Amino acid sequence: MNAIDVHGLVKRFGDKTVVDHVTMSVAEGEIVGFLGPNGSGKTTTIRIMCGLLTPDEGEGTVLGFNIRTDTLSIKREVGYMTQKFSFYEDLTIGENLEFVARLYQLKPVEEYVARTLEELGLTTRRNQLAGTLSGGWKQRLALAACIMHKPKLLLLDEPTAGVDPKARREFWDEIHRLASGGLTVLVSTHYMDEAERCHRISYISYGKMLATGTVEEVVKNAGLTTFVVQGPRMAKVAEELQGRPGVDQVAPFGATLHVVGSDRRKLEAALADVEKEHEGVTVAPGETSLEDVFIQFMSGSKDNMA
Amino acid sequence: MNSVFSLARLGALLIKEFIQMRRDRITFAMMLGVPLLQLVLFGFAINNDPKGLPTALVAMSNDQYTRAMVSALQVTGYYHFDHVTESAEEAEFLMARGDVSFVVTIPADFASRVERGDNPQILIEADATDPSAASGAISTLSTVASQALLRAQGMQAAAAENARQQLQVVVHHRYNPEGVSQYNIVPGLLGVILQMTMVMMTAMALTRETERGTMENLLAMPSSPAEIMLGKVLPFLVVGAVQVAVVLVAAKLLFDIPFVGSLTLLLSSVLVFVLSLVLLGYTISTMARSQMQAMQLTFFFFLPSLLLSGFMFPYRGMPGWAQALGEIFPLTHFLRITRAVMLKGADFHAIATEIGWLAVFVLVFAGTALLRFRRTLD
Repeated sequence: MNAIDVHGLVKRFGDKTVVDHVTMSVAEGEIVGFLGPNGSGKTTTIRIMCGLLTPDEGEGTVLGFNIRTDTLSIKREVGYMTQKFSFYEDLTIGENLEFVARLYQLKPVEEYVARTLEELGLTTRRNQLAGTLSGGWKQRLALAACIMHKPKLLLLDEPTAGVDPKARREFWDEIHRLASGGLTVLVSTHYMDEAERCHRISYISYGKMLATGTVEEVVKNAGLTTFVVQGPRMAKVAEELQGRPGVDQVAPFGATLHVVGSDRRKLEAALADVEKEHEGVTVAPGETSLEDVFIQFMSGSKDNMA
Repeated sequence: MNSVFSLARLGALLIKEFIQMRRDRITFAMMLGVPLLQLVLFGFAINNDPKGLPTALVAMSNDQYTRAMVSALQVTGYYHFDHVTESAEEAEFLMARGDVSFVVTIPADFASRVERGDNPQILIEADATDPSAASGAISTLSTVASQALLRAQGMQAAAAENARQQLQVVVHHRYNPEGVSQYNIVPGLLGVILQMTMVMMTAMALTRETERGTMENLLAMPSSPAEIMLGKVLPFLVVGAVQVAVVLVAAKLLFDIPFVGSLTLLLSSVLVFVLSLVLLGYTISTMARSQMQAMQLTFFFFLPSLLLSGFMFPYRGMPGWAQALGEIFPLTHFLRITRAVMLKGADFHAIATEIGWLAVFVLVFAGTALLRFRRTLD
C-alpha cells in the first residue's frame, strides 16, 4: 500500500484553479520532494492530503484513509508541519509540547514531553517562551511537535525557509533518520540541494504536475543540453546569446556562462557563432542541473496568479 | 528640500488609508451603520416618560365609582389596564414577574365610603425598581383621580376643593420605597459588565488563532469543532464567575443594594446568561476575519442592547417594534431576572419565562457557531 495515493485532485478558489488534476503516489518509507515556484499549488495540495481542504474533484487515500471522508483518522496518523510557525508563541516550549501531547492523547504526557525535549536538546530551555526562539529553533520545535505522536506520514511545507545552512543540514539528517525507521515524508521546498537529498521529486507548476521521478530521471527526461562558456567580456557575450535561436537560458555563474537549450543542434550552432565572433571565448559541454530543468519548466508554463 | 512636512507624503498616506478603509467592508458598514442606528434608536425608540404602562386592577366591586376611577386613569395615557382580578395575591405575582408596572386596588367599600363622604381610599402600588419609569404616572395621579370622582358624583367644580380632601390616593413605591436609582442601575450593571467582557473576549477567541496562524495547526491536529468551541468558551465562565462575585460584593458594600431573593437562583440564571454570551461571542468569532472585525461586530451588538434592553431607558417607554427588538438581546431578559430576584425576591416560577428565553439563546448560538465553524480551511 502506498502512503499517498491521490489522483485527479482539483481545487479552485473562485475562478482560479490552484490545483489542476494532480496525481501523486508516494510509497511507504520514501522521501519525496515537492517542488515548484511560489503559488504553484504545493501548500494547497499538502493541505488537501492532510484533510485541511476538501478537493473540488479527485479522489485518493492517505495511509489508506479516504481524503474526503476519513479526515479525522488522517489527522491522527499524519504529522503536518505548516509553512509558518504555528505553535503558540505565548506558551513556553514545554507548554506547547504538553498541549500537543494531550491533543493526541499521548500518555503519560510528561514522559513524551521530556523525551522530546531531550532529543531536541531543549531540556534546559523548557520554560522559555516559544516566541523568543530563533528561526532555526522554532523549526526544530515544530518538527519535534509533529513527530511526537509517531505519525506514519510526515507532510512538511517548506520547513527550511529562512533557516541557516547548518540547521538545514541537521534537519535533513533528521528526516533521513526518521525515514529509515519507516516514516514516509513529503516535503515541499525551493532549494535544489534539498531536492537532491530526496528519493524522488515531483515538480508542480501553476497547479499542474509537470515531472516526477528521481533527480536523474527528471533531468534526463527534460532533454536539455548545457554548455559552459568562458572568456573575457562575458556580459557582452551573454547579451548576444540571449534570444538567439536554440538558446533558452543564459545564466552567469561566477566568471562563466551557463547556456541551456532544448534543441541541441540549434544551440551548438548559436554557440559556434559566438565562439567565432569573440576572441578568447571557449565553449565546453556542461552538465544540466536540476535548477536548469526547473527554470525551463517555469519559463514554459503560464502564470495563473494574475 | 521640505523635510519637515510634505504635502506629497501626506497625500501618499491619505491615499493608502482610504484604500484600506474601502477594503475593510465591516469598518465601512460600521461607519454608516452606527450613526444611523443611534439616530433611529435615540430618536424613535427612547422615551423617558413612558405611557401605556401595564396595570393590574384589583377591584372588589363593579360600581360606577370604580368604573369612573379606572377610566380616568386610563385617559391619562399612563395606565393600561390589561389585568383585572379580585385577588391581591395574583396581582402581587404579576408585579413580581414584571408583567405589570402598577397595581391599582379599589377596596370593596369604596362606593359606600364615597357616598357617605367617609374618606374613600384607593391604593396604587408602583413597581419602583425603575424609579424614573413610574414617576410621570404617579405625579398626575391625585388630581386626575379626584376630578374623576367629582364628575362621577355629579358635583360642580365649586365643590371640588371639599371633595379633593375626601379622596385619599395611597401610593406605595414597591421594592424601592425611597426611589434610589442605584437599586435599578447596579443590578443592571451586573448584566452589562458581564456582557461587555464575555462577548468581547470570546469574539477574539478564534480570530486570534486565525490571525496568528495557529488555526491551521489546530485544525491539522485531531480536535473536533465541539471540543474547540467548549475549550474556547468554558474558561470565560470562570472569568464571569469572578466578575459576578466582584459586582455582587460591591453592590452590597458600596451601594447597599438590597438582596431579597435567592442567591442560588440568581447564580443559576447568571450561569445560563454567561453561557449565552460566550457562545454569542464565539459565533461572532466564526464570522469575523480579524480581531479588529470581531471587536467592531461586538460593538455593533452592544449599542442596541444597551439602549433597548431597559438598562439605560425604560423598556416600557419604547414603541412596540423597539420592545420586540429588545427581546432578541439576552441582556433584556437577564435584567428582568436580576431586578426581579435581587429587588423583588422573585422565585423560579416568576422568572421561568426569562430563563427559558436565555436557554433558547444558548441553543441558538451554540448551533450557529457549530454550523459556521470551518472544520477545514476551505
